[in-house]
Amino acid sequence: MNNKPLLKVENVSKAFGGVLALSGVSLEVHHGDILGIIGPNGSGKTTLVNAITGFIRSDRGTVLFKDRNITNWPPHKIADLGLTRTFQVMRPYYSLPAFKNLIVPLFSGRARRSGGWRGGGKLGSRDTVAIDILEEIGFERDSYVPYKPASSLPTGYLKRLELARCLALRPELVICDEVFSGLSMSEMASMVPLMEKLRMEGITLIMVEHRLRELFRIANRLIVLNFGLKIGEGTSEEVMDSKEVKEAYFGSEEEVFSYV
Amino acid sequence: MDIVIYGMVTSCSLALMALGFTLVYGVSRLPNFAHGALYVLTGYLAWLLLKRVGLPYPVAMILSLVVTGIIGAAMYHFVLARIRGMPISEIIASYAIGLAILEGMRWFGLRGGTFRLPPFVDGATELLGVSVDFQRLIVVGLGVVMVGLLWLFVSKTKLGLALKGMAQDERAAMTLGIDSDTMAVVAMALGSMLAGAAALVLLPLGSIVVEAGYHVLIMAVAVCIVGGLGSWNGAILAAFIIGFAQILTWKYFGAHYQVVVALLAIIVTLIVRPSGLFGRQKELEERV
Amino acid sequence: MANQKKDHRKERLDRGIKVRTDGVYAISHWTEMTYLLAPRALLIGGLLAAPLILSYFPYWQRVLSIICIYALLAIGFDFLANYVGLVSLGGGFYVGVGAYCAALLNSHLGLPPIVTVPLATLIGGIICTILFLPCLPLRGVYFAIVSLMFPLLAARIIEALNIFGGTDGIMGLDGFSSGWVEQYVLVCALLVSLFVLRRLVIEDVGLVFRGVKDNDQAVKASAINITTYKGIAVFISSALGCLGGATLAHIYNWAGLSQFGLDYSIIPIAATVVGGGGTLVGPVIGCILLVWLSEELRDLGTLRIAVYALVLTAFIVFKSEGIMNFATRKYQQFERWVHI
Repeated sequence: MNNKPLLKVENVSKAFGGVLALSGVSLEVHHGDILGIIGPNGSGKTTLVNAITGFIRSDRGTVLFKDRNITNWPPHKIADLGLTRTFQVMRPYYSLPAFKNLIVPLFSGRARRSGGWRGGGKLGSRDTVAIDILEEIGFERDSYVPYKPASSLPTGYLKRLELARCLALRPELVICDEVFSGLSMSEMASMVPLMEKLRMEGITLIMVEHRLRELFRIANRLIVLNFGLKIGEGTSEEVMDSKEVKEAYFGSEEEVFSYV
Repeated sequence: MDIVIYGMVTSCSLALMALGFTLVYGVSRLPNFAHGALYVLTGYLAWLLLKRVGLPYPVAMILSLVVTGIIGAAMYHFVLARIRGMPISEIIASYAIGLAILEGMRWFGLRGGTFRLPPFVDGATELLGVSVDFQRLIVVGLGVVMVGLLWLFVSKTKLGLALKGMAQDERAAMTLGIDSDTMAVVAMALGSMLAGAAALVLLPLGSIVVEAGYHVLIMAVAVCIVGGLGSWNGAILAAFIIGFAQILTWKYFGAHYQVVVALLAIIVTLIVRPSGLFGRQKELEERV
Repeated sequence: MANQKKDHRKERLDRGIKVRTDGVYAISHWTEMTYLLAPRALLIGGLLAAPLILSYFPYWQRVLSIICIYALLAIGFDFLANYVGLVSLGGGFYVGVGAYCAALLNSHLGLPPIVTVPLATLIGGIICTILFLPCLPLRGVYFAIVSLMFPLLAARIIEALNIFGGTDGIMGLDGFSSGWVEQYVLVCALLVSLFVLRRLVIEDVGLVFRGVKDNDQAVKASAINITTYKGIAVFISSALGCLGGATLAHIYNWAGLSQFGLDYSIIPIAATVVGGGGTLVGPVIGCILLVWLSEELRDLGTLRIAVYALVLTAFIVFKSEGIMNFATRKYQQFERWVHI
């Protein structure tokens, strides 16, 4: 296998009116990885995702994807290259049937070139392809679920719908912003094999998460952010053993003792 | 030298025009597009009370201000309160009310250039070699006084602090027991009175015409957008930028281009920095 | 009334035909077909027959033309506001640009109206789109404010530079060869644009437009350039306005500053609110009502604008869904009081 990283982020920084949301974060993702990004609330995880995918302009640093410098490109161009993302706050078309939500990505230039996930778009109408994708991702085809208005779907399905929107583009790298949050235990349990299936399909994943237990099961590498700084990197064991990470999550020992 | 003095006068009058608009927007996020109409309305009311009813000038001024304040509050209470949170409806409704007021006044007899309010003090003086009439100096003076009073009101009185709280974070203010609807009514009444006060100071410089309503609205919106919607410091700074820019264009290009300056300022601001000079809504730069 | 019905509640049931046609298009009986087609046929037939009927009332022929011009503007506004999320308060700008384009083509190149109108529609649409390009990243209130500025700015610039006839405008344009041509050009243009727009918004590309309105971030993340689609939408909307403006210039044989005026900005908006936003047909109905109202109120002079404004405000506050949405609901539902 080649050793060139698929995505390489170097020294990305972003300040919001004096507050440093990201300071010099670097990371590399190789083809076939599942990289987890964890960190306490307000540690800059979503800002990092936004900076990589072009939704905010970073102040410094570079982002390389497939050896191309995509720093501060507009989001739609980045998505067109095959780097797409899900959103933490989902806002589907609530009044439309679920599968109609996939029409928008299937309408894009990238989906037309590649024919959507697995190239099916060249065979049938967009509606058919949309339902195919939904079936792959866990919407029961013969049930009424793909035809239900998105407003009547539970969170688990909405999260899948959001993921399906990315998959419709036939992406190479998907950044998932908190797909596990707000799900019930059983919904989460069914999400984990889905992620592994996507990796088998050859899609590289970056997962931004709060739910450490599920993430540890699927991610092969983790990075930890706190106050916009990368404070740890490695496998789950390495990361959890590191002193800085423990401090970030549980407070430092001195602090703990000062309360005792 | 005349550029400095007339620039000051223009800037202060722009600031006066914009204060009410920015107050209402700042407190309740309500773009009051009837602002210009309320401006002309106060002037016309004062004229009616002065010339038709025959009240003394100060009484007529105060009475017309109070009436405008009540109309502004009523406008909020009966119409705008029902459509809070739908910005486009707010714009269309307030603009429509403004139009109704303006065109209603035109029908009521406000036509032609014969409606004039007398200046507070007649005459002119020589200032650094430029002749300025007293009314224009009063504009500058009152501009400064009004900004000062507003600052005192907002930072010293209980009501003012409540308004300021609303402006910063409506939800947080509500948890502290500040009634957001009452505050919005107060802000609307105050904003209307500020528009009226600006009218009473500025109108003696010219005649009362319906078209002034549109002009004032454009200028107020221009100042507020350039300064950042809802930001008072920004509005004052922007008033000076646009004021001096206008005087410079008037001097070097011609009077026709004055309005063009304001409109270009808006368009350029929105494109380069949509949140304005002092915009507080950070997310605007990404989201607008 | 309310007291009498205390132990009753109002029940609303969708008619079977609505339930079926919303999903699958299986219609069995001619009564059902009639039920669906009658309102559509009434509008199309009514508009097509109107010039014939109105030939007995010459005064109202001109009114019909004006209705069509406003209706073109109004469906453009409705499309842009309710399907793309760009509220353009400056409809007068499109009319003015269309009128001046037609006037220049006619007076300088000597082209006949039947050529200048389509050309002005196209050129005007392109000009408006290019001018609006820098404003396309803006949303909501900001776009509304900027669009409000455009007609004012255009009028001031023409006045200041004294181009295109300055404050006098361009006079002595050719008229249409007859009243029939004028009315049928407008009625057909209106029906065709109505049909095309209604088609467009239910096609896949219509979903992209709605995505731009509802959740532009997700559209961006779906590898679609939203500025392109906003540009296309502005082009469609402004071309409709320019079409109206170009015809207007030929009807009055004149293009002038008043075509950037307030009427062309406020009436289409009022018609959309009154008729029902997001329906495309509603604005046409709104225009018919408002222009008719304005003819009835001709004696009031400028107070008419005040009347529109009040009607508009009343609708926004008390009946924001508008006539069309209300009527559709009533048409497709049974209502009855049931005992609790």
